[in-house]
Amino acid sequence: MSSTFDADDKSAGTTRRLFLRGSAAVAGGTVMGAGASAVAETDNLPPNVPEWMKAPGEPMGSQPYGAPSPFEKGVVKNISKTLKQYISASGRTPLQELDGIITPNGLFYERHHGGVPTIDPAQHRLMLHGLVERPLIFTMDDLRRFPSESRVHFLECSGNPGYSKPYGKTASDLVGLVSCAEWTGVSLKLVLQEAGLKPEAKWVVAEGADAAALTRSIPIEKCLEDAMLVYSQNGERLRPQQGYPLRLFLPGFEGNMSVKWLRRLHVTAEPVYSREETSKYTDLLPDGTAREFSFFMEAKSIITRPSGGQRLNAPGFHEITGIAWSGHGKIARVEISVDDGKSWQDARLQEPVLTRALTRFRLPWRWDGKPAVIQSRAIDETGYVQPTLSELLAVRGENYFYHNNAIWPWRIAADGEVTNALA
Amino acid sequence: MRWREICSIAVAIVVSVFASEAQAQSLYGIGHPATAAEIAGWNIDIGRDGSNLPKGSGSVGHGREVFAQQCASCHGDQGEGGLGDRLVGGQGTIGTPKPIRTVGSYWPYAPTLFDYIRRAMPQNAPQSLSDEDVYAVSAYILNLNGLVAADAALDAKSLAAVNMPNRDRFVDDARPDVKK
Repeated sequence: MSSTFDADDKSAGTTRRLFLRGSAAVAGGTVMGAGASAVAETDNLPPNVPEWMKAPGEPMGSQPYGAPSPFEKGVVKNISKTLKQYISASGRTPLQELDGIITPNGLFYERHHGGVPTIDPAQHRLMLHGLVERPLIFTMDDLRRFPSESRVHFLECSGNPGYSKPYGKTASDLVGLVSCAEWTGVSLKLVLQEAGLKPEAKWVVAEGADAAALTRSIPIEKCLEDAMLVYSQNGERLRPQQGYPLRLFLPGFEGNMSVKWLRRLHVTAEPVYSREETSKYTDLLPDGTAREFSFFMEAKSIITRPSGGQRLNAPGFHEITGIAWSGHGKIARVEISVDDGKSWQDARLQEPVLTRALTRFRLPWRWDGKPAVIQSRAIDETGYVQPTLSELLAVRGENYFYHNNAIWPWRIAADGEVTNALA
Repeated sequence: MRWREICSIAVAIVVSVFASEAQAQSLYGIGHPATAAEIAGWNIDIGRDGSNLPKGSGSVGHGREVFAQQCASCHGDQGEGGLGDRLVGGQGTIGTPKPIRTVGSYWPYAPTLFDYIRRAMPQNAPQSLSDEDVYAVSAYILNLNGLVAADAALDAKSLAAVNMPNRDRFVDDARPDVKK
């Protein structure tokens, strides 16, 4: 994001009151485009030497772990202040504030069903039992002895967002329950082979060590394809919110199946039909039937800049950028329309384009200062094309709730204000 | 000559036995065996057919008392919902524009009720209720939904036998459902 100055912010180290030119800079929080930066009347600009060059900075060790600049204190998880309760709840990634494809661990989206447990890894165990030759119990040290691997994948909550109004204002409000990280752990296949699968093994029931003891059934094919037992995220141990010390990770599948705080894998012949795969996480159709075991997150994209809540301060050059992803593999193309869907052009995909990972796309654009509607649509390597919301609603209805992968267009007004075009 | 043949056959047998034994062994030798007692203590999964339901039983009447103490503050005195989900009613609404999803109207299998209450409820103290209390609360919620009689007591067999109205309304995932 560009700089947001708090005029009286002592923690930012400013001794001089800063005067902001242009109220839009303050109101929007994020300001973009040519001539948009919040230029302050200050002695720190050319030809003067800035004050932070005239004295030493903070000494080594003042932040043993590290934290973002105080000027970035507004970049935090997007957590609703009006939730019914906060024990079973979700918090969103501020997608419109981020660059690249990796979500910082502190901003990774959260969804938990019984709060975030504090687990001593020395007292944590993974039990593997059921239709196996050798039921086993692993310590965390045991699991770290297996051959390890690291892979970059997105994780997305299945309800991101729902199908009915009111729709969100920002990219984060709409699809902030997606994030992407490099995950390190052991292939689940190796661990299952260690116990020896019996021929009738068809499902693995995974259970968390949280207060919800959250339980989901995973088809054995997925367990043997690319499932991981993960202990690290973006190089460091998992955060408690992400399942410390151990989580399951199922690339491309709806997020809650990647069971956090994993304590048990029960190999079975059929699903357990837990509450979280019958009463919840089933997709209700208008005729009263409901789809069950709907695992994949289909291809999806969103423009994160310019996006809802931001403002283009002047006509001229603006880069359009955003993220695309598919649970079915790699993103093949992202198309962008800047004329309300009349015509589409290919965006440039930033390498690396990884399977079941966020892919960054970009398109240079010159805004003529007139009202416009911009939108992106993803096409994945299977040829699947991201649909519009009305196309989805026509098939699924408003009560489907999960797996909404609609295109979200942004409306740009003549004054540069960006809003949700469907809201 | 004959002795050498016998020896080589014997060696072949030993090698093959060793090899098949090695196949049956784990490749990395990591982890330690889980005992039956350890598994029994942790395995709280209840199948949709009621498999692994524990011994014991609980009545609707006892369930009403447990519900008032443990559940009503979030789910309402009659299971009408509050901070927690609505548990009662909604039958006949699932195929309408305003579906009300409850245990009675939406859940396909009654044993799942035991599984979920035991593992996750009450939210402030999960896995604190006795098996008898879980049977009783399950029976009470099913009674509020008109699915068991007011004088019923449920055990493993009778809970698995409860016929849930929405059981046959679940279908396979038919996506991709928007094709271009």
